[in-house]
Amino acid sequence: MYKIESKNVDFFYGASQALKNINLAIKPNTVTALIGPSGCGKSTYLRLFNRMNDLIDNTKIGGQVLIDGDDIYAKGVNVDSLRKEVGMVFQKPNPFPKTIFENVAYGLRVNGITDKKFIEERVEETIKQVVLWDEVKDKLKKSAFELSGGQQQRLCIARALAIQPSIVLMDEPTSALDPISTSKVEELIYELKAKYTIVIVTHNMQQAGRVSDTTAFFYMGELVEYDNTKTIFTNPKVERTQNYITGRFG
Amino acid sequence: MSHLDIELQQLKAETIKMWTLVNLQLSKAKEALLKLDKDLAREVILGERRVNAWELKIDRDCENIFALFNPVAVDLRFVLAVLKINNNLERTGDIAESIAKFVINVDTDFDKKLLEITRAVEMYDGALFMMEEVLEAFDKLDTALARKAFQQDEILDDINVKVNTVIADYIKNHPENIEPPLYLISVIRKLERVGDQAKNMAEEIIFYIEAKVLKHRSKAEKKKE
Ligand SMILES: Nc1ncnc2c1ncn2[C@@H]1O[C@H](COP(=O)(O)OP(=O)(O)O)[C@@H](O)[C@H]1O
Ligand SMILES: [Mg+2]
Repeated sequence: MYKIESKNVDFFYGASQALKNINLAIKPNTVTALIGPSGCGKSTYLRLFNRMNDLIDNTKIGGQVLIDGDDIYAKGVNVDSLRKEVGMVFQKPNPFPKTIFENVAYGLRVNGITDKKFIEERVEETIKQVVLWDEVKDKLKKSAFELSGGQQQRLCIARALAIQPSIVLMDEPTSALDPISTSKVEELIYELKAKYTIVIVTHNMQQAGRVSDTTAFFYMGELVEYDNTKTIFTNPKVERTQNYITGRFG
Repeated sequence: MSHLDIELQQLKAETIKMWTLVNLQLSKAKEALLKLDKDLAREVILGERRVNAWELKIDRDCENIFALFNPVAVDLRFVLAVLKINNNLERTGDIAESIAKFVINVDTDFDKKLLEITRAVEMYDGALFMMEEVLEAFDKLDTALARKAFQQDEILDDINVKVNTVIADYIKNHPENIEPPLYLISVIRKLERVGDQAKNMAEEIIFYIEAKVLKHRSKAEKKKE
């Protein structure tokens, strides 16, 4: 059984087609990397999984996106509960202008949880999960903006995890981070795989190699090649993929 | 051309130089063997130092490319292939040296008929030919040529197997002269190893190139190559 499936997916911004007939199936508890040159549709594709593109005017989707076998674009789907199931982390750490504690508690409160003890426990548990606890346990009441960029990004990951999604989407989550923070986030992704299905957009080829199980190469709105990451980086089947990953993209 | 392309091209040129040097070592050792020319044999032994120096240089260059460029796909396969070929060449160089040492140690009244009846010269020519052809396959990215090494190697193996009875007969008929045929058997074994090294290198070349034959390319594109 696949966690995520996309069948003949097309996507349009107005009249311009950003995704063309994308077919791809993702197994649970895996990390999938989406790679490809800027503007090839990676972020657009990623945002389909939590229906974030719905927020953009004048867009249209064709084909099907299934999560746990259910079409998430079918009539009557509750988008709020879908977004609880599918968390998202962005390129730039974007903590809310609140305390460290409240950033992680936010999602719980929004979802109607009021039990103070439950919230406290869940916040601690989640911050530990992203290996940030030792660094912030004495300043939970301080503003999240006092943290370094790398810490903020891990806090944002904690915020996404607090509501216990089963899928985590990450759009270039380390492109604004220094190498040490980057490797912390990569370690984290590797560990999170045991509990979540992760889809990550990255421009860093080595990162795709290090963190992902499967890699999908997009080019101009099309899925060119999708295979085990090892195969993609040792022996890709399509010449265009090889040109891209070896840096010979002309 | 990208910086990486320039590095890879240099690596290839270095490998070809080392290969040419090793082939030269082998053919000098052959000359030395046929003429029992001890001076030439000494030259081969001195040349071994240059082979070793090349090996270190190529090793280091591969290491640098791995560390600095993180090569993937065809580039990765190329550097991996060179790393292994480098190792095979170094061993082939060792073999040339040990044949030269044999020439230095052997008595000058060595019965040259032995070279004929054991097919040692034929085997030597075969081994040299393989080394030349596989080098050309590497230079020209020609996997068909690389594949020829597999057949050639079987001929060497065959000579190697048959030499036992030939030597046994010789010893029976010349019980007073046992040492030279025994020495020669060890040379033959070494030539058999040269064949193995050349075959290994042919395999590396195929590994590096054939994965490049991409499934989704059109037939016309493939023909162009
Ligand atoms: N909100 C938007 N409105 C209109 N076009 C967009 C919008 N977002 C992205 N696009 C277009 O869709 C294509 C794919 O963009 P995107 O998914 O952001 O690519 P990537 O993440 O691979 O860089 C691009 O041509 C881009 O200009
Ligand atoms: Mg993007």
